[in-house]
Amino acid sequence: MSGPAVELAGVDKVFGPVRALDGIELTIGAGEFVSLIGPSGCGKSTLLRVVADLEQPTAGTVRVRGKPAAQARLDQDYGIAFQQAGLLEWRSVAENVELPLHVHGVPRAQRRERAAELLEMVGLTEFARSRPGELSGGMQQRVAIARALAPKPSLLLMDEPFGALDEMTRERMQAELLRIAGETRAAVLFVTHSIPEAVVLSDRVVVMSPRPGRITEVVAGRRPGSRPDLAPDDVEDVRESAAFFTAITDVREALRKGHG
Amino acid sequence: MRTWLPPLAFGAGVLVLWQVLVLALAVPAFLLPAPTAIAGQVGAQFGVILPTAAVTGGNALAGLVAGFLLGVALALLAAWSRPVRELATPVVLAASAVPIVALAPVFTTLFGSTTEVPRQLVVTVVVVVPVFVSTTRGLRQVQPVHADLMTALAATPWQASRFVRLPGAVPHIVTGLRLAAPAAVIASIVAEYFGGPQNGLGSRISSAAANTAYARAWAFVVAAIALGLLYHLAGLLLERLVTRPRQ
Repeated sequence: MSGPAVELAGVDKVFGPVRALDGIELTIGAGEFVSLIGPSGCGKSTLLRVVADLEQPTAGTVRVRGKPAAQARLDQDYGIAFQQAGLLEWRSVAENVELPLHVHGVPRAQRRERAAELLEMVGLTEFARSRPGELSGGMQQRVAIARALAPKPSLLLMDEPFGALDEMTRERMQAELLRIAGETRAAVLFVTHSIPEAVVLSDRVVVMSPRPGRITEVVAGRRPGSRPDLAPDDVEDVRESAAFFTAITDVREALRKGHG
Repeated sequence: MRTWLPPLAFGAGVLVLWQVLVLALAVPAFLLPAPTAIAGQVGAQFGVILPTAAVTGGNALAGLVAGFLLGVALALLAAWSRPVRELATPVVLAASAVPIVALAPVFTTLFGSTTEVPRQLVVTVVVVVPVFVSTTRGLRQVQPVHADLMTALAATPWQASRFVRLPGAVPHIVTGLRLAAPAAVIASIVAEYFGGPQNGLGSRISSAAANTAYARAWAFVVAAIALGLLYHLAGLLLERLVTRPRQ
């Protein structure tokens, strides 16, 4: 695939008196993993929602795979996961994963096959026929990610998807997400307020400051496999490396600068 | 078992007390017949009670189904279309203020006294209101994350209703039906007091009372209570069945 996944140029978003986003310039390459980090109210979720065409920018242009954001949404060019899993509790786990395909009229047999494939990818094959309520929070979030991946999007938008999970589950989910992103070669725009999470997952960590929401700095992340010195499947090694802690310090300082 | 026992024991106690008081104070039958006399009449009239209850229950069921379908359909239309919402909401709420006793004689004159239609219509009016109100409430309660998801999936308004709004409203719809079920029986019985064929529980109660057959009148009252309980329990069971897999 060629061309960037997302291009944002001069994007402003104003809610009444609040400048939620101010002059955002950001390009995400195909297959690139970019995290948005910043304090609450810095507009990072708004920025993701603008890319998803869930909010309209007040000014500037948003292009997803070279198309206007609205067209990309209609074409299902992205998959999205929110902080809440947002599963439909009256559908089985497999039917939840099938939902995007169901909405777009994919025949049942094909939907079934794709759901089975995705549930295997997120390790929930034996829960295919369970109800979402029977699953733990982490499992539900994995179902939500599988659902986001169902139409094979080349871009994954994730709004603090692990925010409500405990630290152990969260680290496991991060490793899983890295594996999935690697396998699917999808670009990922990932909103988080956890510095280690941003560093371990990303090719680039985009640091934002609030009021007005601006990009203050971009720090290189330590995504495993993103550089010759990082093995592709060694998340644990990354987490314990000196370079990881250096990157965390860099992000922390960038955040502090943005605040002061 | 523990939740069933106290009310059962209480009911049995009341019956015993009733029997003792009626015998001890020699209460005349037109005031209050003894439970044993009523039970005797239930036994003696059983062959009449069953088909009579079937007529009343049948009218309640017909009105319940019609009122349910109408209530859900109106609520769906109101949810989709603003003009329908602004028109239907006050009309249905006004219907809740209509006393069925006022409607029953009018419907009987309108449709003739040889048909069950006026009674079924009265039941329909009674049922539409709770079903419409609870369905409307259910359709309004869409979680923001589900609304975002439908937008992100580029779902049409019809798809958003089919995949999220309607299934999400099912527990509310069933609750409306559960509330309406016993009310349907009451409406069906009361409607019989205002003319039409003399074949239901309500007409039997009034004719037995008019003929000073008080124990017989009470026997049909007992049947009416049983019918109301049956509808109440059926509604409760349906609600349990529908909402349980969601927990």
